[in-house]
Amino acid sequence: MADAAIHGDDHGDERSFFVRWFMSTNHKDIGILYLVASALAGFIAVSFTIYMRMELMEPGVQYMCMEGARMFADANSVCTPNGHLWNVLITYHGVLMMFLVVIPALFGGFGNYFMPLQIGAPDMAFPRMNNLSFWMYIAALTMGVASMLSPGGDGQLGSGVGWLLYPPLSSNESGMAMDLAIFAVHLSGASSILGAINMITTFLNMRAPGMTLFKVPLFAWSIFITAWLILLSLPVLAGAITMLLMDRNFGFTFFDPAGGGDPVLYQHILWFFGHPEVYIVILPGFGIISHVISTFSRKPLFGYLPMVWALIAIGGLGFVVWAHHMYTVGMSLDQQAYFMLATMVIAVPTGVKVFSWIATMWGGSIEFKTPMLFALGFLILFTVGGVTGVVLSQAAVDRVYHDTYYVVAHFHYVMSLGAVFTIFAGIYYYIGKMSGRQYPEWAGKLHFWTFFVGANLTFYPQHFLGRQGMPRRYIDYPEAFALWNYWSSIGAFLSFGSFLFFFGVIWYTLTRGAKITENNYWNEYADTLEWSLSCPPPEHTFEILPKQEEWDKPVSH
Amino acid sequence: MAHVKDHDYHILSPSVLPLLGAASGFTMLLGSVMWMHAITPYVFWIGLVGVLYTMFAWWSTMVTESHVGDHTPVVRIGLRMGFILFIISEIMFFFAWFWAFFKPALYPMNEYIGSEYIPPEIYAVDPFHIPLINTLVLLLSGCAVTWAHHALVHNNDRKALINGLAIGIVLGIAFTALQAYEYAYLLGKGWEFGGDQFFSAFYMATGFHGFHVLIGTIFLTVCLVRAIKGDFTPEQHVGFEAAAWYWHFVDVVWLFLFFAVYVWGTASL
Repeated sequence: MADAAIHGDDHGDERSFFVRWFMSTNHKDIGILYLVASALAGFIAVSFTIYMRMELMEPGVQYMCMEGARMFADANSVCTPNGHLWNVLITYHGVLMMFLVVIPALFGGFGNYFMPLQIGAPDMAFPRMNNLSFWMYIAALTMGVASMLSPGGDGQLGSGVGWLLYPPLSSNESGMAMDLAIFAVHLSGASSILGAINMITTFLNMRAPGMTLFKVPLFAWSIFITAWLILLSLPVLAGAITMLLMDRNFGFTFFDPAGGGDPVLYQHILWFFGHPEVYIVILPGFGIISHVISTFSRKPLFGYLPMVWALIAIGGLGFVVWAHHMYTVGMSLDQQAYFMLATMVIAVPTGVKVFSWIATMWGGSIEFKTPMLFALGFLILFTVGGVTGVVLSQAAVDRVYHDTYYVVAHFHYVMSLGAVFTIFAGIYYYIGKMSGRQYPEWAGKLHFWTFFVGANLTFYPQHFLGRQGMPRRYIDYPEAFALWNYWSSIGAFLSFGSFLFFFGVIWYTLTRGAKITENNYWNEYADTLEWSLSCPPPEHTFEILPKQEEWDKPVSH
Repeated sequence: MAHVKDHDYHILSPSVLPLLGAASGFTMLLGSVMWMHAITPYVFWIGLVGVLYTMFAWWSTMVTESHVGDHTPVVRIGLRMGFILFIISEIMFFFAWFWAFFKPALYPMNEYIGSEYIPPEIYAVDPFHIPLINTLVLLLSGCAVTWAHHALVHNNDRKALINGLAIGIVLGIAFTALQAYEYAYLLGKGWEFGGDQFFSAFYMATGFHGFHVLIGTIFLTVCLVRAIKGDFTPEQHVGFEAAAWYWHFVDVVWLFLFFAVYVWGTASL
């Protein structure tokens, strides 16, 4: 059976389109599928935000009317605010971004494509299950969209309970949209768990001869730690939403105080997953950034071993800080003190990483290519998000900031400007490797600067709004918040334009980008195994396992 | 690069099963929503058939692959690791049920200031009656499976392998039967399927465990059929080993359920 899969020729690919993309057992093809699908999901999720920012641009409700959603404001006709539509948009923006965009892009896409290459593995440990993960992700995406279009709360379409699906709102909302959303999360969770099993096994069992654990490149390490977080936290989420499903449909009372249940219990179980989830989102990005910064500083990475241990520490600490998301639910002071302290401890390993990246650049000969720009942007903005994170970790201060735009600004700085920047850095860094064609440098730089300015303009003013007391999740606001909302919306439109431009850059690169002939088109500091392969790599890589001298360069560590 | 595979890892040929499995899973879940909203049960059943077919086809392909020698020693290590990781994820699933059980047990809602919740009178189940018997049945079943495993590994004793597996399966079925009887008995004594947090946690945790017992029983039965057909050697029996691990995992979860939910949890009823 195995031998049937081995083709003799790199160039003449005799697989049909359907066999190659729908029946794949090839980690590189599946990685590309993940990237393409998550780009589509990302486009949907971003479109929602543009509509939301249009609505928030001016006080009053101009677009989301009960009389019908509008694309153009019309002062002459009546507009009754449609809060449900607003709630639906924030809900699916969150669900899509958290489960169906960022994890599939970083963990599914880059993880699948580059983790086996970096450790010199011929493929994933379970190539067929790898494809099952991908198609279950597509099933989850389809079910998420189906949920949005099916009867939900308030007699309208879609579920409007927020991505956290908090009861009692989620256990009482009528219609089937909520149930479909729950199953969408189940499917995406199962997909991620299977993916995590695959990644851990590949990492532990298939490293190149001689590659001991502490010689593994950092991106592969970051995928390994992320996989553990997924494996240990997503089943707990599945438990929480299964209980929600039972409460909704079978008269169970896990979260219903009338039956002795407790809605706060849901929050605890949800956030036991939810906090590791934020590290699931960002850790693979940390891995990519480490390679990008080292390559474009022309220096080996500073402090490899502390970087690995920092990843492990962040992963471990991620499991013991969950209740800092819920300081205001009425926990005892002791609990709040504990979660506050534990949360602040995470700043230590994160600081190790940030300072090691800076030290890598120190004295280096820095080239400001597009991936490096995104890496630097990430470094600055993630630090800003981290600093507001330390502010929010204070239980007392959080009394004021809880559920305000300050929180929105904080988590978009670490995710939208953190994780998403790492995705772009990864795409520009690796698109030549994946496609065999290079992007035009000016276009990448234009994309970076428009996105950098746009995203900052969107989210920086939200700190001010939060400090002024503007609450999250509202369709409308008083006149006093008008100024910064206006600028935030301008920033969002600029980012969206930049996002569209990015799709254009990708299309241009794939169709007419300059052909790449050398294996390593950056420089000798991009010294992991993927750079020893052609661009794009052959269908089957490492049919003869790499020798130690191919990857164990004295300069690396 | 030479184009001959020169390593022991398993490179698979393309397969339509992942696509089919995901599509069936989607249909099944969509169908269960339609069923819960009283539209139609049929979509669910169609999806379930697809899922079961995928599982059957998938694992029979794996058995075939092991027969043609694809499962080299290093691949077998990977398969074992993968299965252990799967069990770890299952443990975390049960973690959620135990959390939902312990929280109201330790901090009951009626002790909250301002709470109007009055815990219902619940018929106190005797943990040292059927639950204890069930504990022994399940542990004995685990012993039988381990006996079968040792018989295979140390002596390649086919007869003991088959006998041990058969006893394990029969005891597994006995557990499920006793549990069904216990459920019916308790429902007759005024227990409800839902309606109060205790019932919710009880039926969710024990029901989910019971579902795992069923899966484990089927898994062992597949191993029995394979053992009768002459599969498994002392060196190569990943499928059987996985079934045995799964069965012991189900055992251990039951021990936690028995001591936490039955012995400790019902003491306060």
